Formats: sequence, C-alpha cells, structure tokens
Amino acid sequence: MLNIKKLDEIKKRKKEWENNKLNPLLEKYPERLTEFVTTSSSQVNRLYTPLNLGGSDYLTDIGFPGEFPYTRGVQPTMYRGRLWTMRQYAGYGTAEETNNRFKLLLEQGQTGLSVAFDLPTQIGYDSDHPLALGEVGKVGVAIDTLKDMETLFDGIPLDKVSTSMTINAPASVLLTMYIAVAEKQGISQNKLAGTIQNDILKEYSARGTYIFPPRSSMRLITDVFEYCSKWNQMPRWNTISISGYHMREAGCTAIQEVAFTLANAIAYVEAALKKGIELDTFARRLSFFWCAHNDFFEEIAKFRAARRLWARIMKERFNAKNPRSWQMRFHTQTAGQSLTAQQPENNIVRVAIQALTAACGGTQSLHTNSMDEALALPSEKAAQIALKTQQIIAHESGVALTIDPLAGSYYVETMTDEIERRAMEYIEKIDEIGGAVVAVERGFIQKEIHESAYRYQKEIEYKKRIIVGVNEFIIGEQPDIEILRVDPEVEKVQLARLVRIKKERDNLKVQETLKQIEKISNSDENLMPAIVDAVKAYATLGEICDVLRDVFGEYIAPDVF
Amino acid sequence: MTASHRFRILVAKPGLDGHDRGAKIVARALRDAGMEVIYTGIRQTPESIVSAALQEDVHAIGLSILSGAHNQLFLRIMELLKKEGLKDRLLVFAGGIIPKEDTPELTKMGIAVVFGPGTPTKVIVEYLKQALKEKFQEG
Repeated sequence: MLNIKKLDEIKKRKKEWENNKLNPLLEKYPERLTEFVTTSSSQVNRLYTPLNLGGSDYLTDIGFPGEFPYTRGVQPTMYRGRLWTMRQYAGYGTAEETNNRFKLLLEQGQTGLSVAFDLPTQIGYDSDHPLALGEVGKVGVAIDTLKDMETLFDGIPLDKVSTSMTINAPASVLLTMYIAVAEKQGISQNKLAGTIQNDILKEYSARGTYIFPPRSSMRLITDVFEYCSKWNQMPRWNTISISGYHMREAGCTAIQEVAFTLANAIAYVEAALKKGIELDTFARRLSFFWCAHNDFFEEIAKFRAARRLWARIMKERFNAKNPRSWQMRFHTQTAGQSLTAQQPENNIVRVAIQALTAACGGTQSLHTNSMDEALALPSEKAAQIALKTQQIIAHESGVALTIDPLAGSYYVETMTDEIERRAMEYIEKIDEIGGAVVAVERGFIQKEIHESAYRYQKEIEYKKRIIVGVNEFIIGEQPDIEILRVDPEVEKVQLARLVRIKKERDNLKVQETLKQIEKISNSDENLMPAIVDAVKAYATLGEICDVLRDVFGEYIAPDVF
Repeated sequence: MTASHRFRILVAKPGLDGHDRGAKIVARALRDAGMEVIYTGIRQTPESIVSAALQEDVHAIGLSILSGAHNQLFLRIMELLKKEGLKDRLLVFAGGIIPKEDTPELTKMGIAVVFGPGTPTKVIVEYLKQALKEKFQEG
C-alpha cells in the first residue's frame, strides 16, 4: 500500500533495529517461549509492520463497509445504525417453562429469540420413543406436535420478534409448525422474520443430529429454499444458518472452521442451482454461524476473512449479480468448549473476551454463553450475567462506536489475509475430493477435526498451552455454584400430553396427510405444502419423520476413529 | 490373564447427544497407551452397549454423555450388565457433563469413577492401568 521507496526504507530500518536493539537483548534475555502460536496453533511473529501488507491493496482487499468485498462489514453504518441482535439460545423442559424463560429474556432487553430443542425433537423422535428415555426436555424444549409449539410462543407476537430455531434434520417440520402458530395468531407467513439452522452437513461432520442420508437431506434443505425464497412465501426468513460453530467446538481450528463451513455453503448453493432455483433469489437468504473463541486477534481476523472469502466465492465462482448475495450475514456464539468446570466464575471473563471479538468482527447477532455451561444447563442467574455481558460491551466498552475498529492493524490485516489464503487451500482440496458431501461421506472432515482436537488436548497436557484453573493456577476447591436441574416430571407431563393429543385429533385426517407426504417424498415435488397439512392436522414430529425414514432410509456414520 | 495380554476397552456414547470430542480423545489416548479400544460411535442404546461389551469381551466400558440423561441411561446399562452376569466382571467408568452431586448415586449403581470436564487423559490412563491391573491380574 505504501510506495516501494518507503517500504525499502522500512525494511532497512527493521534490519537495523534487529541488529542493534533486538538481537543483543535476545542474547541476554531469550524470549519466554521458543514459538508463539494462536489458539488454532498458527505461528505468530514477534512484530508486524507495513512490510507484511506488501501485497495487499486497500481498495480491492479491504474497501468500505457495505461494499464488496465486505471485509469491514456488511452494512454501511454497522452498529452506529443498529446494535447486533442479542439472541440467547434457550429452552428446556416443557413448552410452558421455555415460554416463561423467553418472556423473561424479552423483559430483560433481549431482542430476538433462539429456540433450543431437546435431542429427541432434533432427531425426529416423539417423547414416547424408546430412544428418548431420559432425554425429554433435557437440552432443550420437547416438541411433539403443533400443540407444543402453540404453547411455546403463547403470548409472544410473532410479527414483533425474530426467532432462530436450532433444528436441522427435521427443520422443515418445525418451520411449518412455526408458520401454523403464526397463522393462529393472525399473522401471515410473509411477515415472519427469523432463521432456521437447516444445515445438515455439519451434523454429519460434528454435531450428530442427522437422520437421513446426505442426498435426501440436501433435498429437504433445498425444498425449504424453494418454498421460502423462490415461491416467496417467507421473504424475510433466513433459510439456513451454515454453521462453523459446531465443527470448531468439536475441535477444528479457525482456518478449518472457515474452510469447512464455506465448503458446505458451496455444496448448498450447488444443490439449489441444480434444483433450478435462480442464484440471486435464494443466496441473500443464506446466513452463517460462527464460534468466537479466546484468541482475540485471530477471531477478529477470522470473521473478516470469512466475510471477504464468501463475497469473492459468490461473485467470482458463482457469478452472483445481486450484491446482497455477496454479503455474509452471521450469528456468533461464544465457545462453549473453552469454558472450564474448574473455577467456573472465570468463564465470565472468557465469555466477555470472546463476545468482544464478535463485536469487533461485525457479527449481526450474538449469543453469550453462561459461566456454568461446563457443569449443566444455565441457571437463571448465569443466563442473566451472560446477557448483561453483551449489554456492557454494546453500551460501555466503546467498540460499537466505530466500524471495524481493528482494520489497519498490521497484525490483524496480515492474519486476515493468511486465514483467507489457507482456508481457500482447504476448499480447493475439498473440491478435488468432489465437494463437501463426498468429503463428509468419506469421513475426511471428521478426521481433520479429530486430529486438531487431539493436538489441542495434548498441548494442554504438555502445558504448551495454559488454561487457567485447569493446568495452571489451580485452586484445590471444587466449584460450588447453583445449577439448573430439569424436573424429571417433565417427561411424564410430556408423555401424558402426547397421549391426549393423539386421542383428540382427527386420526383419519392425520393418516391422509401422512400418506400424502409419503407420495410426495417419492417424487421430485417440494415437500413443504404436504408437511404444512400434516402439522396442522396435529400429526406428530415422529410420525412425519418415520414416513420420511421409510422412504429415505437412515444415515449410518462411517467409522472414522 | 497374563501381563502381556492387552486390556480391551469399550468407549461408548449412550443417549442422543453427538458431542463425541471427549469420547474420541479418550479412546485415542487409551489406544496410544497400548490398550485395545473399540469406539461405538454416537447414539447407542443401553442394549447395544451391553451387547458390544459382551461380544468384544472387554475389560472395561467408558461411558461418555453430555445430554443430562446419565441417571436413567447408566442405571439401565448397569441393570443389563447385571442380567448378563457382566457387572462384576468388568469395570465401568464415565465422563461428560455430570453434576458432582449425581456421583454418589452413580457409584451406588456400580460406576467405578466419574471423570469431570478438564480431566487430563493421562489421569484416565493411569487410573485404568492401575484399576485393571488390580481387578484382573492380582485378584
């Protein structure tokens, strides 16, 4: 960016500084480590200067917020216009309990909802399925039928909030339930704003709540794209949240997080194009989901690199014409895996640092974890502190005053370039394998994640990496904080409700709608309308997924260990 | 058994959660320590875990769970082990997100030890070497 003469001068002076100042000191006092690495094990130099930015051009590589390549953010005013959405992921027990927690969070100033479903719901089992034993209402709310969904959003006007739903394999079923609840509130679906996670590829590689084999899953996902975007039924709805979060949590590095997520995104774009949906009609409704880990500068660089790389992929690889298709809008969650069971209050500090990276990185919405999450589900108090952490960052820290405050840092810009370059190398490798679907089927991504996770663990055990309270600065005492326990009665209450609804509904109608789903799933037609009908007839989630299981089969994970 | 015989360990994930970062790391560390390790993969039923233990003739089962369903699922596993006559013939250890006040109940069921988050793998390896030696070579 500087002229050659100036760069030569800096190079010369740097050499002098090394010879005269640095080296004599190093001889007397060596540095405390022989190598310095980030959380993702990337090497870090002693010093960054304009020399590191030699190949970078401000206008083509950094630019202005709201303009290609969006390195500095997707909107021209960013948080000066509107703060990020504070969106805490919540849900446990019955729909009534979660409804109460939602109302509490909204009262406390949260600006969007985010639903956590229990594992049986996420895997398409009703609460009375044998595999649901012990799991009902544990890590999220149990939803069997539309009735539960009606209770979940009771008294919450769905045209006034935006809602994010962490649901993948059975995403279309839960989305149609949400549509049906809105309809009962007198709100038409085209007014609904929110996000459905609907990202199956990372389920195979990291998170584990898959049901069907990849190719059938891709069809279900693109059915949602077609319904919401092409048919314009839900123009304000994000049809997918392409997630690096869970792969990072499973152990991959920041570079791999960017690479594997964008490789998955490429697979979704290709699947939708193959289905005949025009690129610019669905691309602007693709959203992303990142993890915010401890390494402050690396994470900020990651967000910037991901945004720029996606813009380039959409513009240059896919030839998207609408600038909105180039923009990566994303949600961020702080790194659950980084939280320690030892000295849990320390986690408040970790979460604050991580949340700060997301704000400096230009996130559109943010979940901050609670300090007790290495021990249990968040207690009410811990959840409150987590939300307050965001409010303090937004209103007191000053990071929301200007756009992309770390731009121009020699270190951050260099790392942004490096993450983009190395992520692109991975994407090229995945392209060679045949794309993300094949890479997942062959266990390539799973293996890469496991290798990184194992290396990280070894680094902690050999104390190459210090985790306060875990391998250094240990205090003998055990944590003694109050944790949330889900009432075991929840399972009974939920089972009784399921029995009742099956008795009260029109069972002939249910059978009819299920037959229709079976018929459509054997064709190339969009499944959404048939699922809407079944959901409205109070067919259970398990019944609908069982029909699809019969047609599509179930996924068996490759043995990658 | 002889000292040269390798210990066989089943690392299993009961319940529905897919968080197997910990399970896989422990499995690998045990393997690196010279044990023979069979990893079940995620989403195993108590029945499938016990049947794998029987089939593979293992010396120990490591159960990893993060969903909070441990009380019900571990109880079922221990009941099935008892039914198969395996309960006293092998060692069961556990890890994951398990509140410490649940440990006494799990110990009563017959779970030998519960390792919390942040436990170094070498602690688990050392524990198993010692406990298995006592159980199978000196008993």
